[in-house]
Amino acid sequence: MNWDMVGIWLGALTTLFLYSFLYRDNPFYKFAEHLFVGMSAGYWLIYSVFNVLIPNWWDRMLPEGGGFQWVWLIPGVFAVFMLARMVPKIAGLSRFALAMIVGTGAGLNMVTFFQSNALAQVKGTIFSVATGGVWSVFSSLVLVVGVVSGLVYFFFSKAHTGMTGRTASVGITILMVAFGASFGYTIMARISLLVGRVTFLLEDWLPTIPRLFGIGG
Amino acid sequence: MERIWLLIPVLLMSTAGPAASDTVGPPGTGVPATFEAPDESGPPEVSRAVDLQACDVSNDAGGAVDLTWLMETGGVIPDSLAVIRTSPSGEEERIAILAPGSIMYRDTTASNGVEYEYRIVSLIRGEEAASSGTAAAAASAQWIHSGRIGMMVILIILAGAILYFIDTGKKGKQLYIREIAGLAAVDDAVGRATEMGKPVLYIPGIMDMDDIQTIASMVILGRVARKTAEYGSPLLVPTCRSVVMSVSQEVVKEGYLQAGRPDAYNKEHIQYLTDDQFGYAAGVDGIMVREKPAAIFLLGTFYAESLILAETGRSVGAIQISGTAMPSQIPFFVAACDYTLIGEELFAASAYLSREPKLLGSLKGQDAAKLFFIVLIVLGVVAATIGQFWPPLNGIAEFLRDIVTVN
Repeated sequence: MNWDMVGIWLGALTTLFLYSFLYRDNPFYKFAEHLFVGMSAGYWLIYSVFNVLIPNWWDRMLPEGGGFQWVWLIPGVFAVFMLARMVPKIAGLSRFALAMIVGTGAGLNMVTFFQSNALAQVKGTIFSVATGGVWSVFSSLVLVVGVVSGLVYFFFSKAHTGMTGRTASVGITILMVAFGASFGYTIMARISLLVGRVTFLLEDWLPTIPRLFGIGG
Repeated sequence: MERIWLLIPVLLMSTAGPAASDTVGPPGTGVPATFEAPDESGPPEVSRAVDLQACDVSNDAGGAVDLTWLMETGGVIPDSLAVIRTSPSGEEERIAILAPGSIMYRDTTASNGVEYEYRIVSLIRGEEAASSGTAAAAASAQWIHSGRIGMMVILIILAGAILYFIDTGKKGKQLYIREIAGLAAVDDAVGRATEMGKPVLYIPGIMDMDDIQTIASMVILGRVARKTAEYGSPLLVPTCRSVVMSVSQEVVKEGYLQAGRPDAYNKEHIQYLTDDQFGYAAGVDGIMVREKPAAIFLLGTFYAESLILAETGRSVGAIQISGTAMPSQIPFFVAACDYTLIGEELFAASAYLSREPKLLGSLKGQDAAKLFFIVLIVLGVVAATIGQFWPPLNGIAEFLRDIVTVN
């Protein structure tokens, strides 16, 4: 059996099944959707076991060199707490694990976000606007005015009226212009994905049809 | 006098002893050989590492020592270098084998507080041919990162402001928050679903519970769950992560309890689909076209699946309220949804919806932070611009930049 051919046909059929959604929901789409969801769920389960659970927990608790690292029992206990959800009487234990995940995530992200989304941006905005030619000055002014008015838009303690309202309007206008540019840019990337799929169908799959029925070379 | 140069590996290789064909001029051209004949008085010595320095890695959690050295030139280049570590008990350990041109190494297996002695050994065919002198260092952990003190000070000030406003709110003072259009429509959206007898679909993004946006989304989910419980509409929550499913179940259950309708809570409506981004998108699309929800909430972290979900939601005629802090996905939500919470509005939502003094105070404190940054930027830009013509002001701009610099 030519497995390459099987692979091309499977890829082409599932692609067409999924695109059939553009017409309406139908059994072919439903089949492809369930296949996709089921296979990916199974794949991620195995991936998590072999790439997360074993190397990050099991191997550290029982290292190759021998010895038992008891400290790694703690995350193990939390993991068991999560499974406790299946037993109604002790389901509440899972809240400890969830609290740990949410609290740790929020705490760790606070420092990272504050550093990259606040301080680095402020530092990047403190510069002289009077350098370079006319366009450079204009560009610098747009940047500074955009940042300041954008911040005013996200100011929740004051109603958007009067001077605050006008500044916020400038801010949201600049944001929308940026979103428009981002929209166009991303759409171009999506079109290239579509081109990739159509190229696959036309150049890889379509030529196999005559071969399948013994027509042509 | 011994001549030593600091050489980068490429230079080192180029001096390693050129091939014979490269060392003489082309035959018959009369060009002399371009290298000096080796000293025949004895075998040349193997290059060894010199000026070895060992020091603790600063601003880390300990367990690491940095080694730097230079390589002697003029001798035979070794096959490789070995890093030898001697513990206080005298036990010698070869901790790494490096390429011959290496001039630095970080030992990340050191124990804190133990002073190790290091030396670099030049190896020829695996045998020790020459050795550097020794250098000693002990690894240690630092509680404070010296490059982040500025950030710590700003964080303390902002945390102080947040605590102040929380305290003010708790004392009963009314804290004003301006209207956020997307959030004002939450009740309307749930009401519409109830009137139409259709379910409400809540999509909390595709990231896990360690993501701030997912955490913010869970707070809004609590509010939506309470409303659906009050109105008696089914609430569907397909999730992309198992932990998000567990948290969502807890949050929705709590919402139904607060609404006095614990009997209406259906655990099966909050389900895990798959971790796969597009597998999840395909699954949610299927739910949309089959269940035909009247209201769809897309709140959390989204990536390339955002437009797929929002477009499908629009095609089934649902009222859609979206929100994310992902700049690249906001345009799609703006284009395809009825209301969009842009960036920080998603984080403000919890305070806006709950009106809890703790959350409102926190939001007020964040506004104070924004005001602080606006002032910092305006002062900095003015100082840097005028500083071009009057240099003393440049110092102020530099100072302001230093405050927000994190190493």
